[in-house]
Amino acid sequence: MSEPLLDVRDLRVSFRTRGGLVTAVDGISFTVGRGEVVGLVGESGSGKSVSMLTVLRLIDNPNCVIEGEVLFKGQNLLELEGEVLRKIRGQEIAMVFQDPMTALTPVYTAGWHISEQIRAHEKVSKKAAMDRAVQLLEAVGIPNAPERVNSYPHEFSGGMRQRVVIAMALSCNPSLLIADEPTTALDVTIQAQILELLRVLQKEFGSSILLITHDMGVVSQMSDRVLVMYGGRLGAAGPRREVMRDPLHPYTWGLMGAIPPTDGSRAARLNAIPGTPISPADADRDRCLFAPRCRFATDACRPQPPLIAHKPDHADACVLPYAERPALRVQAISPLGVRA
Amino acid sequence: MWRFAGKRALAALLVLFAISVMVFLIFFATPGADPAARIAGRNASQETLDQVRVSFGLDKPIYVQYFVMMRHLLIDRDLTSFVNRGAKVIPQIQAAVPVTLSLVIGAAVLWMILGVTMGVVATAKRGTAVDPIIMVLGVIGISLPVYWLGEVINLVTQSRLHDSIFAWVPPLGYVPMSDGLGRWALSLFWPWVTLAVLYSGIYARVLRSEMVASMNEDYIRMARAKGISESRVLIRHALRTSLIVIVSLFGLDFGALIGGAALLTEVVFGLQGIGKLTYDSLQNFDLPVILGCVLYAAFFVVLANFIVDLVYAWLDPRVRNV
Repeated sequence: MSEPLLDVRDLRVSFRTRGGLVTAVDGISFTVGRGEVVGLVGESGSGKSVSMLTVLRLIDNPNCVIEGEVLFKGQNLLELEGEVLRKIRGQEIAMVFQDPMTALTPVYTAGWHISEQIRAHEKVSKKAAMDRAVQLLEAVGIPNAPERVNSYPHEFSGGMRQRVVIAMALSCNPSLLIADEPTTALDVTIQAQILELLRVLQKEFGSSILLITHDMGVVSQMSDRVLVMYGGRLGAAGPRREVMRDPLHPYTWGLMGAIPPTDGSRAARLNAIPGTPISPADADRDRCLFAPRCRFATDACRPQPPLIAHKPDHADACVLPYAERPALRVQAISPLGVRA
Repeated sequence: MWRFAGKRALAALLVLFAISVMVFLIFFATPGADPAARIAGRNASQETLDQVRVSFGLDKPIYVQYFVMMRHLLIDRDLTSFVNRGAKVIPQIQAAVPVTLSLVIGAAVLWMILGVTMGVVATAKRGTAVDPIIMVLGVIGISLPVYWLGEVINLVTQSRLHDSIFAWVPPLGYVPMSDGLGRWALSLFWPWVTLAVLYSGIYARVLRSEMVASMNEDYIRMARAKGISESRVLIRHALRTSLIVIVSLFGLDFGALIGGAALLTEVVFGLQGIGKLTYDSLQNFDLPVILGCVLYAAFFVVLANFIVDLVYAWLDPRVRNV
């Protein structure tokens, strides 16, 4: 494989607090290839969003300590400042945020938002930028775009607003689109439309997509590769099919097992991973972070096992013997999976 | 937008009408008091009382009295102050209006520029010493009473240093614009500063807290992610949305000041404005003048709010269709 588009190496993000240094992202490494869709899954507080905000240097908290390397086209984004960084934001790497309701400045029209972005990176007239905005709004499926370009954010529904945000993100043909829970704030039918739109646009524009979500369904629909994050570390990484069909890490088993079955009789109780997500402030970082919630945890889980590739490209960070995993997985799901 | 403006204008007119009725009722229909005696002032002769009764139609039904009153005030403009030996009310107000308008508009321009600049700079320099310094300056500005600050300024510019660096400061009092723009501005310079110090402190603090709050909004992060410059994020996004609050605050303050709340500044600097006129008439129990001043003040408060509503709608598209 040629040089990856985005190469994150041992990224660490911590925050200085009164209670000491709190680690949100604890040494993650991954790559995103050109034209690839990578899904980053994890529960709330697992450090997904923080790590992505770090990529674009969007954390302006002065108490935030960032270590590691984020190489984009060979350039370390963490070392960039001012104009150079500004040129990459929006033009090379664009972002779509979770909540379309608050992502647009309420006092400007859709067209204004899009043309602002275009004009920040290209020397074009207002008129030309507006024309591009109309085309983009058409491309993301907003009906009656020439008129809607003059609508204000509050005049759009949630799904339509997210389309505007996507149109804006794509306006400068970025090579990488970071979508931070792009569908979480939308209802399910709209979710499907937005995902479909992202997929079509990805083919059309050829951008790579880094999709952050906690929704396994979204990941399975969209991504080529999946990264599973827990407590600021990567638990598993591999091609979507492998990770979804043949998960290796007990945490991934839990995630997959927690998807409610839609066939058969209704489950008496829903499967869940026992315990609560670790809080970054008081985690025991010398062992596997999932161990407190894992039925198979032993002393071997200390120290944190490294991410080991069992098959080409499919890696996970667990000490359980690879050969026994399928049997253990059945065991892991069965006791709670009692059907009524 | 035009529809909105029309609606607001209509609403403003209705409010003015309601205020005039209320003011009229308070003055003319308060039970247990003879309006004629009050209009005529203390120790009025019987002839004066009779004259008042006829001229205000006090023997006629109350709604007729209202229209007679409004005719005196708006059409004939011959409302007379009996306390003050028959001085006409309207010319007094007309003489006071330019003074107050000059004072308040000038000060408003000054405090808006100062307040917004201070607020924006403080927001931009969060985390450095500049921010708390500006905010403390703001508090000092708010805490300095106008009568104290004004007197100190007078002491320094009119007396102690008047022969050296402040030789350019004209004597206290208002110089009309017709005597030359420069002389007009010079006569009002210190009053402007005095009044603006208080308000720019308030506005800087309010604006800063609004902007700091909006800097945490998603749309600011989005704006940064778009790759626009930090100053543009600050001005076009954070300031633009925070201005909405400032404008509504401005409407209240401006209206109140025009309506007479600039009294202290007017007194300290010897300006015969509306505040001073109202104050004097209150002291003499000069009812017709008070009536005129109240209606005048109401008119400007309503007008200021009407303009603010329009600016508000221009700033915030969300309120246009309400």
